[in-house]
Amino acid sequence: MRVRLKVWRQKHAHRPGGFHTYETPELNPNMSFLEMLDVVNEELTQRGEEPIAFDHDCREGICGTCSLVINGKPHGPHRGVATCQTYLRSFRDGDEIVVEPFRAKAFPLIKDLIVSRKAFDHIIQAGGFVSVRTGSAPDANALPIPKPDADRAMDAAQCIGCGACVAACKNASAMLFVAAKVSHLALLPQGKVERERRARAMVQAMEAAGFGGCSVTGSCEAVCPKEISLEFIARLNREYGRALLKGPN
Amino acid sequence: MKLEANIPAGPLAQKWSKYRFDSKLVSPANKRRYKVVVVGAGLAGASAAATLAELGYDVENFVFHDSPRRAHSIAAQGGINAAKNYQNDGDSVRRLFYDTIKGGDFRAREANVYRLAEVSVSIIDQCVAQGVPFAREYGGLLDNRSFGGAQVSRTFYARGQTGQQLLLGAYSALARQAGLGAVKCHTHAEMLDLVVVDGHAKGIIVRNLISGELTRHAADAVVLATGGYGNVFNLSTYARGSNATAIWRAYKRGACFANPCFTQIHPTCIPVSGDYQSKLTLMSESLRNDGRIWVPKQAGDKRPPQDIPEGERDYYLERMYPSFGNLAPRDISSRAAKRVCDEGRGVGESGRGVYLDFAEAIQRLGEATIRERYGNLFAIYKEITDENAYRSPMRIFPAVHYTMGGLWVDYSLMSNLPGLFVLGEANFSDHGANRLGASALMQGLADGYFVLPATIAGYLASQKPDQRPRPDHDAFRQAEEQVRGSVRRLLASQGQRTVASFHKELGQLLWDHCGMARNAAGLKQALDRIPALREEFWRNVRVPGDAEELNQSLERAGRVADFLELAELLCLDALTREESCGGHFREEHQYPDGEAKRDDQNFAFVSAWEYQGPDRPPVLQREPLGYEEVKMTTRSYK
Repeated sequence: MRVRLKVWRQKHAHRPGGFHTYETPELNPNMSFLEMLDVVNEELTQRGEEPIAFDHDCREGICGTCSLVINGKPHGPHRGVATCQTYLRSFRDGDEIVVEPFRAKAFPLIKDLIVSRKAFDHIIQAGGFVSVRTGSAPDANALPIPKPDADRAMDAAQCIGCGACVAACKNASAMLFVAAKVSHLALLPQGKVERERRARAMVQAMEAAGFGGCSVTGSCEAVCPKEISLEFIARLNREYGRALLKGPN
Repeated sequence: MKLEANIPAGPLAQKWSKYRFDSKLVSPANKRRYKVVVVGAGLAGASAAATLAELGYDVENFVFHDSPRRAHSIAAQGGINAAKNYQNDGDSVRRLFYDTIKGGDFRAREANVYRLAEVSVSIIDQCVAQGVPFAREYGGLLDNRSFGGAQVSRTFYARGQTGQQLLLGAYSALARQAGLGAVKCHTHAEMLDLVVVDGHAKGIIVRNLISGELTRHAADAVVLATGGYGNVFNLSTYARGSNATAIWRAYKRGACFANPCFTQIHPTCIPVSGDYQSKLTLMSESLRNDGRIWVPKQAGDKRPPQDIPEGERDYYLERMYPSFGNLAPRDISSRAAKRVCDEGRGVGESGRGVYLDFAEAIQRLGEATIRERYGNLFAIYKEITDENAYRSPMRIFPAVHYTMGGLWVDYSLMSNLPGLFVLGEANFSDHGANRLGASALMQGLADGYFVLPATIAGYLASQKPDQRPRPDHDAFRQAEEQVRGSVRRLLASQGQRTVASFHKELGQLLWDHCGMARNAAGLKQALDRIPALREEFWRNVRVPGDAEELNQSLERAGRVADFLELAELLCLDALTREESCGGHFREEHQYPDGEAKRDDQNFAFVSAWEYQGPDRPPVLQREPLGYEEVKMTTRSYK
């Protein structure tokens, strides 16, 4: 099969960008989407042109490095997978595929398809942790945790921090990302001690980073490669409300 | 030069506590006057950086990723071992120690491995306190499963994403310290050289991957936790960005490289499907708890698996290793898979694959249980192969997965270069010639949370506070110039071939001659061809773009240039080690039944290679391996 790619190219943040069209060589439908970009980049390099810059690393859907908006959808056409787990058999011979970076004010563009997601680190630094020093922990089985709670915490903890939720949201809100972390820790007894401080600090950091508000359209859940549930946003709202009621501590 | 492992005297079980008591300390008021640079933020790097900052040291962390949370520890699936004995099945620190020593085919240091087993229990406590959502039983207590090379259930896990959850735990500890201003996190920052002043490691040269700017960072001690070098094979289960550059440049500054030929080929990966392939995907070893591995008894049997009756299947691991069966260690399982495929009994289009079959487990436990245990792995398998493993068996084949070799370190995890500490997969210390499943996570976190924070004080106490060299020191200037020179050279070459084409050719060469089975003739051939390929690389590589911008071709070119040197050392080490042990299988050294023939008389040592300059062969230093409390036996899983 062959496809035509319309790819966003931009040398860096301070220069205007635009779409460039590339005709691919013959491709194998079992190739991953990123392997197709590898092939295109090999050709560009051989022709003396600069290859398309795109983020990727583990290529098995867990590191959260890869991004891309493919035909208008972050991480491409399928639910529950990242771009690196998208295969060409999801497309047809002759398709035109539009490839863009994640776009959000809080994710400034670096080059071509690469954006900076540093704002996520800042949100975690504000409160996405349990304050426990190395060496001060009690025995791991000293604190039994009901299996359903642990499982539910794990559902939230699976977030890979890719930022697709932000890219999909018309307000570029990071609520699903924040909700996943706040919920993961609030569901566990270890995280309950700091729950109010955490919810408040993380929401503040999110707003300070320039992410928009949540209007519960659910587009974040629809594109999340780990299918993190919208219910966690409800939980975040409860956690945040609770923190406000309890007042500053 | 004589390598001194500095193992404390006394009985094995008391060495670590004796070491800690005898070690010098740094007073709380002085700690902030010592700067420690930590390169890498995987399990080892993030846990070390966080813990050192908690202790009060002035810490800077460097990662080439856009965030510390991206390190490849995140992809570890199956679990982490610890000698908790929560299952009451006969586990103990001593048993975990023994399993690990034996699993490593008696090529690891006894004292280090014992310490690892000792510390393992604290790791689980620490991670649970951080909020790592390990799998639990209905009573609310932690669940365990079994992994290869052990007959007890000591592996803790979080679905098939244990590495992710442990890394996010360590990352959150690091983020907490960053938020408090105790750690400065540099992202998109790749270490390109180690700076050595008066024989001590005192800083690094870093390239900002967005601006291309080179910066100098002086420190009182440098910690490398930069992972393994398996991507020297090009195709592997590693992340595409994983590389050897930090440890290789440290080697060229005088740090010895130990056991480079000890590479792990993991038995359960999805087979290669085409030459466009960029990476191989692991199917966790935990699948072997319930999956049964088989091939047809008849060579050339091309029937679909469901049409092959039970009696015409060869469950070869169960047949060859009845007491461990499908949970035989990785090196042994991989070699067995290679052997049955070489006999023409491999499955799939290429004939380079074996079945991993869940039919019996699904019948016994129900599909729901299997889905709960391994659902995400079955989903990954489906995405990649478009096949449903609940209905027909998975096809798997071995792939490069881990490197036991790495920079040489002593008991305190310090290299022969004073001030340079090496943690996790980047060092060589604990896994000998073969790593057991679920032990990498254990080692990374042991090194970072518990070992380094205790040992680094011994070195720092010998250095006067606030006396580290300044970044305008000549050694920094020279190192920066050298880095600038090689970046320029890569961009100037303007040849005909892409970086990827060299990487692919190198990888194939290594896989053919220094992969699951090695022999002298093949290794010599590789040793002939690698220098020629390297020469061509520098003459004929084409790297587009500039140095002063984000340039992914340039990044990869620098890494492949280092792989082209490291590959030669790997083959040289494999040629020199005239025995078979663990993942290193020399065809000349085997028993009539095809099992590895170890030679303790002549090879019970760590091979530590010392760089001598670009035109002279490295010198081999031998650190003898003595065993005080275990007896070296022939490793048997029969």
